[in-house]
Amino acid sequence: MLNAKIPEGPLQDKWRHYRSTAKLVSSANRNKLQVIVVGTGLAGSSLAASLGEMGYRVTCLCFQDSARRAHSVAAQGGVNACKNYKNDGDTVFRMFYDTIKGGDFRSREANVYRLAECSANLIDQAVAQGVPFAREYSGYLSNRSFGGVQVSRTFYARGQTGQQLLLGAYQALMRQVAAGSVSLLPRHEMLDLVVIDGKARGIIVRNMDSGALERHGGHAVVLATGGFGKIYYLSTLAMGCNGSAIWRAHKRGAFFANPSWTQIHPTCLPQSGDYQSKLTLMSESLRNDGRIWVPKGREDHRSPNEIPEPDRDYYLERRYPAFGNLSPRDISSRAAKERIDAGYGVGPLKNAVYLDFSRAIREQGKPKIEEKYGNLFRMYQKITGVDAYQQPMRISPAAHFSMGGLWVDYELMTTIPGLYALGEANFADHGANRLGANSLLQACVDGYFIAPATIPNYLANEIKTGPIPIDHPAFAESEAAVRERLQVLVNIQGKSPADHFHKTLGAVLYDKCGLSRSQGGLKDAIGKIHSLRDQFYNDLLIPGGIDLNSELEKAGRVADYLELGELMCYDALTRNESCGAHFREEYQTPDGEALRNDRDFAFTSAWEWAGIDKEPILHREPLDFEVVTPTVRSYK
Amino acid sequence: MRIQLKIWRQQNRSKSGQLVNYDLPDVNPDMSFLEMLDTLNERLVRQRERPVEFDHDCREGICGQCGMMINGRAHGPLSNTTTCQLHMRAFRDGDTIYVEPFRATAFPVKCDLKVDRSAFDRIIQAGGYTSASTGGAPEANSIPIAHDVAEAAFDAAACIGCGACVATCKNSSAALFTAAKITHLALLPQGKIEGRQRVRRMVRQMDSEGFGHCSNTEACQVECPQQISVLHIARMNWEYNRSLAM
Amino acid sequence: MSNSDLDPETNLSLVDGPVENPDITPTSKEAVELRPAKNWLSGTLSQKNLMALTGLFLCLFLVVHLLGNLQLLLPKEAAQWQFNFYSKLLSENIFIHLISYLLFATIVAHAVYALLITIRNRRAHGTRYEYDRRGVSSKWYSRKMGLLGTVILFFLIIHLRDFWYEVQFGHLPIDKDGQEDLYTLVVTVYRSGWYVLIYVLCMVALGYHLLHGFFSAARTLGVCHPRFVGWVRVIGWIYSVGISAGFALVPIYVHFALS
Repeated sequence: MLNAKIPEGPLQDKWRHYRSTAKLVSSANRNKLQVIVVGTGLAGSSLAASLGEMGYRVTCLCFQDSARRAHSVAAQGGVNACKNYKNDGDTVFRMFYDTIKGGDFRSREANVYRLAECSANLIDQAVAQGVPFAREYSGYLSNRSFGGVQVSRTFYARGQTGQQLLLGAYQALMRQVAAGSVSLLPRHEMLDLVVIDGKARGIIVRNMDSGALERHGGHAVVLATGGFGKIYYLSTLAMGCNGSAIWRAHKRGAFFANPSWTQIHPTCLPQSGDYQSKLTLMSESLRNDGRIWVPKGREDHRSPNEIPEPDRDYYLERRYPAFGNLSPRDISSRAAKERIDAGYGVGPLKNAVYLDFSRAIREQGKPKIEEKYGNLFRMYQKITGVDAYQQPMRISPAAHFSMGGLWVDYELMTTIPGLYALGEANFADHGANRLGANSLLQACVDGYFIAPATIPNYLANEIKTGPIPIDHPAFAESEAAVRERLQVLVNIQGKSPADHFHKTLGAVLYDKCGLSRSQGGLKDAIGKIHSLRDQFYNDLLIPGGIDLNSELEKAGRVADYLELGELMCYDALTRNESCGAHFREEYQTPDGEALRNDRDFAFTSAWEWAGIDKEPILHREPLDFEVVTPTVRSYK
Repeated sequence: MRIQLKIWRQQNRSKSGQLVNYDLPDVNPDMSFLEMLDTLNERLVRQRERPVEFDHDCREGICGQCGMMINGRAHGPLSNTTTCQLHMRAFRDGDTIYVEPFRATAFPVKCDLKVDRSAFDRIIQAGGYTSASTGGAPEANSIPIAHDVAEAAFDAAACIGCGACVATCKNSSAALFTAAKITHLALLPQGKIEGRQRVRRMVRQMDSEGFGHCSNTEACQVECPQQISVLHIARMNWEYNRSLAM
Repeated sequence: MSNSDLDPETNLSLVDGPVENPDITPTSKEAVELRPAKNWLSGTLSQKNLMALTGLFLCLFLVVHLLGNLQLLLPKEAAQWQFNFYSKLLSENIFIHLISYLLFATIVAHAVYALLITIRNRRAHGTRYEYDRRGVSSKWYSRKMGLLGTVILFFLIIHLRDFWYEVQFGHLPIDKDGQEDLYTLVVTVYRSGWYVLIYVLCMVALGYHLLHGFFSAARTLGVCHPRFVGWVRVIGWIYSVGISAGFALVPIYVHFALS
């Protein structure tokens, strides 16, 4: 039975109560305790730096060549915090409610409340680190509003908020590396988790430059490895983002929660050909002034500027008059897909919709638009060669954020004692849909404030354990398994490179387990993934050996995706309702909106690994709403 | 379009390398430069040859991981653009493109186009931070910072650490990288406090990594994807000289 | 414990004994860091400072030297008396003598440090690019300061041989006022067309060297405020063109007007 270990007491006192009663480790004992942190994004860097400051011994690793390159760096928009600097009525409760409503009432009240509660302190922390947030002429911090809320609570540093927050965390981490409390291992990839007597005790990592396998022991292991949206191949994620670390942990016993909930971002650049490797995200802020439309006729080959107003279908304004072009991400994405699937898509591959600024330019003047979005227009021109001041942008939805991840309790501990998951790698706070500017927040809050308070509660019982013996048979067994798996991949020597399988898998998932899902489609997808996996193990081709070899790295990740993709389909198949990013065609209102089922599906799906080619085992964590009452999200 | 590539191939740090010719007969002008390399790699893999190793990750110009010399210029023929944002329409049908790794003694080549830029991390370790520990930070608005100062600090902080400044510098100087961090923190009240130690420690680390002198040719600013200004170098010099004088 | 101390095969948690306390107090850290480094003169910024200061001192000297030379543009009689009087004044003044030693030392230091810097930079660069088009992103003369400096050094040797050496160790004629007649020496030397040509070409090199050097020195010394940076650009340009054109004008004038 899943125990989320939510503290007693009223919602607003839970976290304070927890912190007052959690066990502590005295400073004299901290250097006897080793913590392994996998990933150096916002959650990983900030946790490693915090634990290092406290005096624990930390080993921190990342697959990038520097900790500063983790994909948190790419977040553009901002970070939410309820400071109420604008005096517009923001409170912790309001932020909590916005987040839980935005998540379509599929997240834990206690976790979400804590997220809102810790948000204000994060801004203080970042400013102390020298993060150059935007400021008013008075010298005080500036805010802007973001989708899905009525207050201005988003702090930002131009369009590079993620970069600036990450650099703050990275610098804090570098300070600890210099002080000797954190040992940092860039270009290292975790390939297995070592579990001894039911507790997470270490990991097996591969030095990606030399190919050597290394054993690292620790009293606790923290996975802050981000999301796995790259499973769709075409996504807004970095090329190296992967789900391998959490997947290996899952296969060692950690439950995987809500794997099928992936946010599809509506404003990305469309695919232009088979060679395409990623879909670049254009900031959502563009929808403040851009109008989204497709031609009314299916085979309209005119250039967009030649299509007169009566022949244009502003479908968001038509379907959702109240929110129009600013409808939430899941709704905008789904509406775009509906039009594209119906044959109204634009562009050479008919896979995009127009985002038109002509009215905004006419009404506000080009200089004003340039001031607001100049950098985005320049980026658009760099990538597509098209001047968006002259003709509309072409955009399309793309996989962006994984709401699902390893199941964690209130302490962010997975179902394996001593194994924690932070940030996007866990499932905790966003429910079935994430609000804009909440992902940076969650990663930072997990890493700076929550895990540094909850991990000692576990470590307090480990003081007498002593150093973890890496010559323990469990380490040897894991290392041998990893070595064998790598060798298997290298030995297949078939005909197709790993990317071929990745692209095929991505297309299947996007089609059947993407913006809209159906029972038939999902069953079909499971079958296809099965046979794709068989092909993979017969036909994969990796030139070279197990030293520095980027093809081997890719193949290992794709092998895990081929198992994870199947779990996603099982998850989507069992959830017979539509909520947030999860839209089941069978469960919709007569006018095509999501139909949630709170009576039967107000739970978190936590999946247990049952073995390869076996159906995974579903565990349910009921979601008890003590404070809020789930309502129907309406943006009409 | 047809493209001839001359790519630097080097198996590892200790082996010597050379340019190898590849002929790509069918390149789509809408491809990014890295996607063009992906296509080449796919072909090489199918021919059971070792693919070209190159660094890349976000492919939207912010992570700073990609970077190579393309036709003799850092990140290719366009100014202020990362390699991943360079598209093949910047070249002409029939062009020959030279692709080499970033060169500097402080950036040893690991394999093909991959170089080791960990020297940058060590420069930051020497002092590129504020010593603010987690928790207990004062209220964010307790110290107002003028709008222009915050913007100027951002301009410096925007550095993505790609190393193009070093690669394009005739002296392989890391002055722009180091100066950007020093300026970012020197402008803000939170960073000023440790300014004196910071500039001396970071400069000393920069020197000990084996980077060259800054000759103020300003080439780094032209190639920098974030258009970091060379004036930051002047500020670093100012801060450094002041730290010696006081 | 630093990154490089890590043995990939060894696990950190097996390390025994006390670990360095990460909480180094700020005072102790400062005490360590602010001790002047023994070899601060070998630091890149210090070396560049030295180049900048010696360079600016030489810039100052050039102004004084040019003012002296401009006397040659006076009418012939006046110029002869004035110029010879001026050189006598200089050669008899002990203060000027001291300055001249400083000047020689400065030139040597400027050249020696230029050499040291170039050697370090060569080493920092390592392997050359097979195909190098980096030149398009900077001005040629900013990259060729070493070459321009070498031209100037070559010129200095000729220049000193022809004038300074003659004054010190040669036998100058005496003019009608009983002064050593440096003026006639100058006019004689500038009679040669190829000499004037070399002189003018070297002044072009000097102009470019100053154009980058003056501005670069200001950068090195830390002039970073945009307003001052603008001034430095303008002043540097006027100064460089003025000095090099001024020095080039004298031999041309002497060659064509007096010969």
